[in-house]
Amino acid sequence: MSFDRTDVERTAHLARLSINESDIENTTETLTHILQLVDQMQAVDTSGITPLAHPLEAVQRLRADQVTESDQRDAFQQIAPATENGLYLVPKVID
Amino acid sequence: MGWETVIGLEVHVQLATKSKIFSGASTVFGAEPNTQASLVDLGMPGILPVVNEQAYRYAVMFGLAIDAKISKRSYFERKNYFYPDLPKGYQTTQLEQPIVGPGHIQIQLPNGDTKEVRIHHAHLEEDAGKSLHEDFHGMSGIDLNRAGTPLIEIVSEPDMRSSAEAVAFAKKLHSIVTSLGICDGEMSQGSMRFDVNVSVRKKGSEVLGTRTETKNLNSYRFMEEAIALEVERQIDLIEDGGTVLQETRLYNADTRTARSMRSKEEANDYRYFPCPDLLPVEIDDEFIEAARASLPELPDARQARFMDQYKLSEYDVSQLAQYRDTAEYFEKVTKTCKDAKLAANWVTGELASRLNKESLNITHSPVGADQLGEMLLRVKDDTISGKGAKTVFDSMWNKEGSADDIIASKGLKQVSDSGALEAMIDEVMAANTAQVEQYRASPAEKRGKMIGFFVGQIMKASRGSANPGQVNKLLKVKLDG
Amino acid sequence: MHNKTIVELSRALAAGEFSSTELTTHFLQRIHSLDEQYNSFITVTEERALADATEADERIAQGKATALTGIPLAHKDIFCTQGIRTSAGSKMLDNFIAPYESTVTANFNAAGCVMLGKTNMDEFAMGSSNENSFYGPVSNPWDTKAIAGGSSGGSAAAVAARLTPAATGTDTGGSIRQPASHCGITGLKPTYGRVSRWGMIAYASSLDQAGPMARTAEDVALLLQAMAGMDPKDSTSVDRPVEDYSATLNESLQGLRVGLPAEFFAEGLDSDVEQCVSNAVSELEKLGATVKQISLPNSNLSVPSYYVIAPAEASSNLSRFDGARFGYRCDQPQDLEDLYKRSRGEGFGAEVKRRILVGTYALSAGYYDAYYIQAQKIRRLIKNDFINAFNDVDVIVGPTAPTPAFNLGEKADDPVAMYLSDIYTLSTNLAGLPGMSIPAGQVSGRPVGLQIIGNYFSEAKLLNIAHRFQQATDWHLKAPTDIGA
Repeated sequence: MSFDRTDVERTAHLARLSINESDIENTTETLTHILQLVDQMQAVDTSGITPLAHPLEAVQRLRADQVTESDQRDAFQQIAPATENGLYLVPKVID
Repeated sequence: MGWETVIGLEVHVQLATKSKIFSGASTVFGAEPNTQASLVDLGMPGILPVVNEQAYRYAVMFGLAIDAKISKRSYFERKNYFYPDLPKGYQTTQLEQPIVGPGHIQIQLPNGDTKEVRIHHAHLEEDAGKSLHEDFHGMSGIDLNRAGTPLIEIVSEPDMRSSAEAVAFAKKLHSIVTSLGICDGEMSQGSMRFDVNVSVRKKGSEVLGTRTETKNLNSYRFMEEAIALEVERQIDLIEDGGTVLQETRLYNADTRTARSMRSKEEANDYRYFPCPDLLPVEIDDEFIEAARASLPELPDARQARFMDQYKLSEYDVSQLAQYRDTAEYFEKVTKTCKDAKLAANWVTGELASRLNKESLNITHSPVGADQLGEMLLRVKDDTISGKGAKTVFDSMWNKEGSADDIIASKGLKQVSDSGALEAMIDEVMAANTAQVEQYRASPAEKRGKMIGFFVGQIMKASRGSANPGQVNKLLKVKLDG
Repeated sequence: MHNKTIVELSRALAAGEFSSTELTTHFLQRIHSLDEQYNSFITVTEERALADATEADERIAQGKATALTGIPLAHKDIFCTQGIRTSAGSKMLDNFIAPYESTVTANFNAAGCVMLGKTNMDEFAMGSSNENSFYGPVSNPWDTKAIAGGSSGGSAAAVAARLTPAATGTDTGGSIRQPASHCGITGLKPTYGRVSRWGMIAYASSLDQAGPMARTAEDVALLLQAMAGMDPKDSTSVDRPVEDYSATLNESLQGLRVGLPAEFFAEGLDSDVEQCVSNAVSELEKLGATVKQISLPNSNLSVPSYYVIAPAEASSNLSRFDGARFGYRCDQPQDLEDLYKRSRGEGFGAEVKRRILVGTYALSAGYYDAYYIQAQKIRRLIKNDFINAFNDVDVIVGPTAPTPAFNLGEKADDPVAMYLSDIYTLSTNLAGLPGMSIPAGQVSGRPVGLQIIGNYFSEAKLLNIAHRFQQATDWHLKAPTDIGA
């Protein structure tokens, strides 16, 4: 599959990654190479094969409904870029 | 040519677990910001989720309550998007294999008819945090206490045809989840939130129109208003030659207007994939049967039982049996006063209107069920009149004591003793001979009205303590005699 | 002291030949004087190490020591260590003081180990050469022009240079085994789920697995003993008793059935490396093993399958780095989108961004089936190949990497060539199997590793084979010449 500039820009937006204008060409080329490598898969007939999401195919353990955590806000917010009144601050959210 | 409205609902129901769906943080509402946001809820690097068993049990209970297929194997997926209230950059939810499959719910329409609304599925997921839009120097504040609260999202088929039906459906869901005890039903705290999918089409058309989704409505009234507004907008748009765009809309209850949500406008690509930190959940028959055994009585069953056991009217039953809290209150009152009809009248009448006026849930009623039942006992044994009962009720509402205390302290005990009443009647008749003569000269059909005069006099003479029913009976005999 | 294995150090500490404080001081001094040339540590936790050592000495004096009490260790900087910067080799987390402790490091703390510091790594464990670290590349102690391998390159180099007796690593596609191979040490990637991932910063959740890196199989057995076990905090950790890994180290290899997959000896394998592997296989035969040619027909698809699944999971796992609650935040964000895009664009390095883009693309509408689902189907084919193979053989043996360590910068601009250097290690991660790399030769002074892959939860068997091999050979005893006295 080919990968062009629009794909890079669309994907970078989905992933919320800024890419310098000067890097776009290079990125497009590298990603195209990677996808060419990956596209070797497309030749394989996998009809009837069930996808494998977890290597061991185990099942989930369920946790008892107990409150085990206590308030550690001060410790957690020490490493936050910006907080006020116990809230994390981010640029204005517009719905 | 008329238009038909087509409505489907997506309902987010917060489950009443103690801890969050993937962490051991508390879910109690109203804590200081971020004091209930654990490492997991904050999406710290290196954290891992573990599934809360109770959340699963509650989801299964809901599924059983709506006669749905329960998936013995379900799994969680990640819905990827960036938003400040979504700490990990993905919401852990269920898409391909949700816990609850297709089911159905009976709703009662205002005209008394019933209708079945199909449930497409219900899935478990984690709630997001909250963005607070007060201005922090041009920034928004993020509170992640709510992040990770377990939700079931219930998705209906587009089976509703009016806002009244949508509201009836919402109310029925509310009554089911609160009856099950899996949700506290506190709509003002966001425990139940409705996304409304609305489209319109020409009457008779089989094809669905393009729908819009109005998100996050948390009251029946807002839902009604938002639907009305959206239906009108779509019809106007189409009649003016425009087309409806599939979009997400936001309803503003203050201005009663709605607008397209800018942030959701761009084509979303959520890149769902199975959550690699969680394994598929398998539940066995034992788990399902244990959940079934723990199901409390559901609204429909309760309604049938009330009809049968208490011989109440359909109206009374519809008022009393829908909500567990109301039903329990009513049954307690009835047990004490031993008169279902009397209990029903008071619970659906005086009590309901007082609660409504003060926006109180019945569980927070200042007059407890036992108290009300004891008061009604006094009504039944003629200790107090209906009017006296209202006075007693008001006093109990103001926490002035038990019914008997209030009756005593306010002297509300009515005189029912025939001897005492007869003496009073004789006195009044003696003092009003002209009226007695007039009465006796009148034809039977006019006497009914005239008797009121004597009753009034006797009530006055007794300072309201005479039992009016008794007075009436005795008066009739004496006057007619 | 620094040439002793953990087993020897443990005995010496117990016998009072020296204290943990002396031992720790010795290693700290070595790090200070030598690590400038390797860059194997991101953070040296000197104060903490000495405090740990004091505590360990008390514990030893009280007779409450375990085999690991007082033993200095270094941790890959991917394990959260409370109160200590945990960077994952990224600018994104350069300021991240972990607010909690990973299960792996907590287990070592409980055993009484001494933490020397946090080792260098490819950013978020994405890389095969340790050139993708925000803190600069790691040099190979055998030849500082060569890569140490990645992503646990700092751990491998520190062990090889005798800056620590052992270190922790993580392996998502070979990140323990490949650097172990390049640095001439012993490394084990356990079965997926054997060691808890709690507190280990995720790269690709269904592939990531922590494991020990040391000089001998005997030491690795001791370390794995402390690391392994079910953790209620990790849903994917397996509830299964942990064997006594040291107990079976000396078992005979008589009758051991060893499979050599044709695909691991095909085009692309350096002929000198192939010779080393052949010699090692002969050694195993001498120890009683029988050798059989086998085939893992889909293993050539492990590179494409891995480079869809791992980036897909990574693209989602790394979304939490958004500049809002921790980590790097760009200067003066104009709005929310600017905060996200610049914080992530500036905080992540080139390879991480590349993989996020690939993963995002593979999961996006219209490509999900062709990429992600197809990769997972191939993942099953790869797993099935192993299951079939293990019907006939007990273990699979081959090269860990197709070449000895290449030179720094050699493949830095060619991601595809870099990806292919993981060709022999990826399939075990996809299948979730345990794998080891042990020193088995040298090519022009650069070490060559032998990879041993076992069936699920056969760690004890792998360690047994590795130990018997190390009893019969001395490759694991060789040390780089330029690492000080």
